Amino acid sequence: MADPKQRTTTDELLAREDQFLAVQRRDPASPYYAEGGIHARRRFMLGSMAALGAAAALPPRISGAAETAPAPEREVPADASKVQGYPLEDASYGSRSQFEKEMRARFKTATPQSSWTMTPLESGMGIITPSGLHFERSHAGTAVIDPSRHSLFVHGLVKSPKKFSMRDLRRFPSVSRIHFIECSGNGLTEWTKPTMKTVQMTHGLTSTSEWTGVPLSTILEECGGTRGGAKWLLFEGGDGAAMTRSIPLAKAMKDCMLAYGQNGEAIRPEQGYPLRLLVPGYEGNMHIKWVRRIEVADMPFMTREETSKYTDIRPDGKAVQFSFEMEAKSVITSPSGEMRLDGPGFHEITGLAWSGRGAIRSVEVSTDGGATWRRAALQGPVLPVCHTRFRIPWRWDGREAILQSRCVDETGYVQPTLGQLVALRGTNGPLGSIYHLNAIQSWLVADDGKVSNVHHY
Amino acid sequence: MSTTTERLLVSIGLAAASLGACAAGPAQPYGFGSTPTEAELAQFVSPLPDGRGLPAGSGSVSQGKEVYEQQCVPCHGANLQGGIGDKLVGGRGTLVNSDPTKGPVKTVESYWPWATTLFDYVKRSMPLTAPGSLTNDQVYAVSAYILAQAKIVPEDATLDAKSLAQVRMPNRDGFIPDPRPEKFPPASSSPHADKRMATASK
Repeated sequence: MADPKQRTTTDELLAREDQFLAVQRRDPASPYYAEGGIHARRRFMLGSMAALGAAAALPPRISGAAETAPAPEREVPADASKVQGYPLEDASYGSRSQFEKEMRARFKTATPQSSWTMTPLESGMGIITPSGLHFERSHAGTAVIDPSRHSLFVHGLVKSPKKFSMRDLRRFPSVSRIHFIECSGNGLTEWTKPTMKTVQMTHGLTSTSEWTGVPLSTILEECGGTRGGAKWLLFEGGDGAAMTRSIPLAKAMKDCMLAYGQNGEAIRPEQGYPLRLLVPGYEGNMHIKWVRRIEVADMPFMTREETSKYTDIRPDGKAVQFSFEMEAKSVITSPSGEMRLDGPGFHEITGLAWSGRGAIRSVEVSTDGGATWRRAALQGPVLPVCHTRFRIPWRWDGREAILQSRCVDETGYVQPTLGQLVALRGTNGPLGSIYHLNAIQSWLVADDGKVSNVHHY
Repeated sequence: MSTTTERLLVSIGLAAASLGACAAGPAQPYGFGSTPTEAELAQFVSPLPDGRGLPAGSGSVSQGKEVYEQQCVPCHGANLQGGIGDKLVGGRGTLVNSDPTKGPVKTVESYWPWATTLFDYVKRSMPLTAPGSLTNDQVYAVSAYILAQAKIVPEDATLDAKSLAQVRMPNRDGFIPDPRPEKFPPASSSPHADKRMATASK
């Protein structure tokens, strides 16, 4: 008997995804447009033009989209080259075009405070995730914090405990680095069967930003360094969950960062404004947001999130704990689930690869379900612990095809198949072992061009 | 390239190197920040699993029943069976499991390895509508109540810093270190062909 709680959640998720897709399939600008493929699209364009004139050949207003689109709706002239555009404001904060409608999508959870939203990877370009589309995972909603009243305390096994204001923290020498953050629950619905339909819902708990802040080692050294037996650091958030995780001292000194900047401006509220921890390559939950306190100790604190959550039970009942690294993973973002290829011929296959253990060395793509593989081109610069964009040309012959990508990172680790992962780790029911799924993803292209999520290994 | 030019370049290089050393700035400390007061640090509670860091105070199972009924029932249920919040008791014996259709029942009773974690989590994050609002006595009490309902402490137990740290949770030894990176068979021998499972639900 399936867990009723899980079944309900999955059903509601699928219903929500269906609702989203129903809107997208009617929008010719959407990657999911599917009013019967290329022929129907032509009919639509010709029909609209004939009936209403050229100006009416614009995408139809999609009900439900306007209320959530953040850009102001402006009147669209018949020919933008024949009129003045809207004026430049004396002071402004820009928004994207009113025609762009990508949204994060929330995973259906019991409360909207302890929940997560997923990045629409299918429409992403390059390697940077727009700040407004960076995935969210929060356990007590998004905290609202005035930076002028925010402090960071550092105490425990340090020589001199310190209290830093945000102003203090910004005075230290800063660094900027481009890193992905991935929730270790990314793909949790996909262990036993292909469940969600789009790449947003199967892989959207990973995003990349340029992060700016102060190295954690600088802060610890400012406290005179650690003392007597220091081995672990507790990080505590200033949100309603007062989220806590323990981080090994060696990792803290190696490359952790207290970040106040994201993509050239202050980090977004949902990313932990005014201050978040970056633990490059480690599972997203450890990147504590709204961080207000660091306590140094000689052992891990065994907080709820590192014992009862973010641990994976094996079939023998033993649970793997402190599984920090996000291992090498890749996914084809286009074509991906629920898209429809516009007929045979040239299609670019593109996607993302990343590894918590370093840089991506190579990505291979198969269009025949893993029988043969071709090397994809990597977009430079290829950075460690960062989304890496890959591309490969493909000439589709119109017959059924199974698209897969697999990556190798600089340690030589090869992204496994789902079969290999399950054979090695086993499963423990639908909810026992949900974290750290980094298997090869398969997309089935049917002979009518329709792409869908399948398991094939 | 003439010898003079080479010498010039070398000396420029040396100058740049020494400038670089200067540019690295003064050795720490920078002198930013202040020393926190005892009172400022006293607002934070983060017990270690051996009980260090647990605050003063105590609470009994019967006191905890009252706290539970006032604060916890809407999310965790009158019988700790869960709802919006997690199920808190039961599930012993369900962790060893390879049934793909039935999950293990992970509760405080069956899964949580340390009692200090229960105190810590309730203290910092509970109740949902007013996190961090319970007194230390209330947190000891409701921890005692949950642990008694889980048949881990007796019905007449009173918990404080010392006794809570001595509670031995049933799944204390249920955790193993991360064995990754894992060794997989070479990709060339992976079972890649002729196996497709059904697509996602239509």
